[in-house]
Amino acid sequence: MFDGTQRRIVSLWFPRFASDRVLRAHPQEGPFVLTLQQGNANRVHCLNEAAQARGLQRGMAFADARAFCPDLSSRPADPAEDQRFLALLRRWATRWCPWVGFEGPDGLVLDITGSAHLFGGEAAMIASLTARLTRAGLAVEAGTGGTRGAAWARARYGAGGPLDSLPIAALRLDPETVTGLQRMGLRSIGQVAASPRAPLARRFGAELLLRLDQALGTRPEQISPEAEPPHYAVRLTLPEPIGRTADVMAGTARLLERLCGKLTDHQTGARVLCLSLRRVDGDFRAVELRLARPLRDPARILPLFERGVDEVDAGFGIDQMRLEAVTVEPLPVEQIAQTGTRDPGRLDDLITRIGTRIGLENVIRYLPADSHIPEQAFTIAPAAFSSPGNGWASPRPRPVWLFPPEPLAVTGPRPPRQFVWRRMTLTTGRATGPERISPEWWLIDEAWQSGMRDYWQVETVQGRRLWLFYTPQNPGWFVQGEFA
Amino acid sequence: MPSSSLTAYPLRPARVHEACGPSAASFALWTAALTGGDVIWVREGWRSEQLNPLGFQGLDPARLILAQTGDQNDTLAVGEEALRDGAAPFVVLELTAPIGLTTGRRLQLAARAGGTTGLCLIPEGMGSNAAETRWHCNPVFDAQDSTRQRWSLIKNKSGTCEAWNVRWDPEAHRVAVVSPVRE
Repeated sequence: MFDGTQRRIVSLWFPRFASDRVLRAHPQEGPFVLTLQQGNANRVHCLNEAAQARGLQRGMAFADARAFCPDLSSRPADPAEDQRFLALLRRWATRWCPWVGFEGPDGLVLDITGSAHLFGGEAAMIASLTARLTRAGLAVEAGTGGTRGAAWARARYGAGGPLDSLPIAALRLDPETVTGLQRMGLRSIGQVAASPRAPLARRFGAELLLRLDQALGTRPEQISPEAEPPHYAVRLTLPEPIGRTADVMAGTARLLERLCGKLTDHQTGARVLCLSLRRVDGDFRAVELRLARPLRDPARILPLFERGVDEVDAGFGIDQMRLEAVTVEPLPVEQIAQTGTRDPGRLDDLITRIGTRIGLENVIRYLPADSHIPEQAFTIAPAAFSSPGNGWASPRPRPVWLFPPEPLAVTGPRPPRQFVWRRMTLTTGRATGPERISPEWWLIDEAWQSGMRDYWQVETVQGRRLWLFYTPQNPGWFVQGEFA
Repeated sequence: MPSSSLTAYPLRPARVHEACGPSAASFALWTAALTGGDVIWVREGWRSEQLNPLGFQGLDPARLILAQTGDQNDTLAVGEEALRDGAAPFVVLELTAPIGLTTGRRLQLAARAGGTTGLCLIPEGMGSNAAETRWHCNPVFDAQDSTRQRWSLIKNKSGTCEAWNVRWDPEAHRVAVVSPVRE
């Protein structure tokens, strides 16, 4: 068991993290800044060494920065991408020790207690660590200490020297407290530690003493290592190549068994699965399966693979299979219901199978929409990603078929007595209407440029029941639908 | 003299039937409404005529799943898959070209395997001999009723051909036969 003083913590600080990340991907010479929109101003988010040497600093307006430095190049910052990159670095840093946590948006903290000797001692380990990061193009400052606070302070305010001589800003305090302490004449950590505690606590609150104690090691501070995100991929390597569909399916069944076990452990279900088959000649064949709803039941997924596996050209044989759940969605465990005779999953499986042939986005469902415009009174949504909508109500009869308006060669505001439509001469038997529909002025719709419409339900003596409209603002008659 | 009740209707289950004529869509919707359960409607996605769910008589649009295919081959493949699966008890296929006896028979076998009723909406005169029944559906003008249609049974594998005037009864939620007006 370690007590607080025996721990060894390394704090890594990347002073130019965001710009280093971008410059790794797009190397360039000269001053460079990343800009971030804050409020109404475009401000400098991060900058490289050359820009710093020209007198630019973080937080200054980008317009000012360009005035100082006309040859400045810039890119917009992407904090989300920075976070992802830091997560990658965190994962990489677990090669040194298992306990690695984040330290703010641009730092990592490693608990190297008991692992430094594996790399030839602490100094050798730090040297190797910084050398690797520098080679990767990242400016890095490393600080070590017995506590997280001390390591943090040394990383940012000088690695050598005793903790007491570091400025008070190294205590992870907010700027007002730092200013307040400086006004009192306390400039170094040693001075703060030596002054009486009670007046400090009264004046600056408990935060100051907490940070001081954490830096000095009298109060513990945890490092929370991030949990590894679950990895939904399994692999099967075969001693002899296989080629028959049944064999590949049997291999897939084994892989599915393992993958679904993993999915069950994490209460998730696969939405997109990818089975990649490595052939003997080094070529890969991939079978992608998009499911209509998250699934983790091997017995139901396996038959859905049949069609894709059957189409694969095995060449001289397949010697490795890898199954990956590319997209995973939460799928909580459900109580087994005693009622309910029909299995709702059957239809989803059918949608999946249809989707593998024509694309899952082509299997659609109608959803009601709130609009008076006949063609916008409903929307379509992929059936796999939506549930049936309710509230289908139309105050007036609507045709079963809708088509782009077809003009009629007739005039006048009343429905024509006789007209020709699709080479058929039709005689009006009864006309119901008009139903006036105005275009939605807040939406620009090309089809409704001709203004409002008066809709008529025209039943012809010949039988056909058509939906005609007249546009009073641009006189003309059109057929837009048919009541079957 | 047409009889007062439809002989081959409701459609014989686990078979594929055909409907043509201007009111074939109504025939499909009414039949789907009477069948119950989910309905899969397969049609080619490029066609400019679109189904309008607000105009459905009888059928709740929430029960409909539409599969938009690229060509007739896909339509037939998707239709066969849906018929064989049986998850949706009623499958509608909109065909644009005539299908051969083999294709028709395949659909028939799929419907039998899945216990599903299939209905092909065909262009006039392009039926397949494998169909169980074929209906020609025409709207009929009537002074009072705007749902009146004339359904002619023009092919029936297990019975005689006949014709009826029908209308949709929204209260009873069924197809009602009306006697033709004597001229």
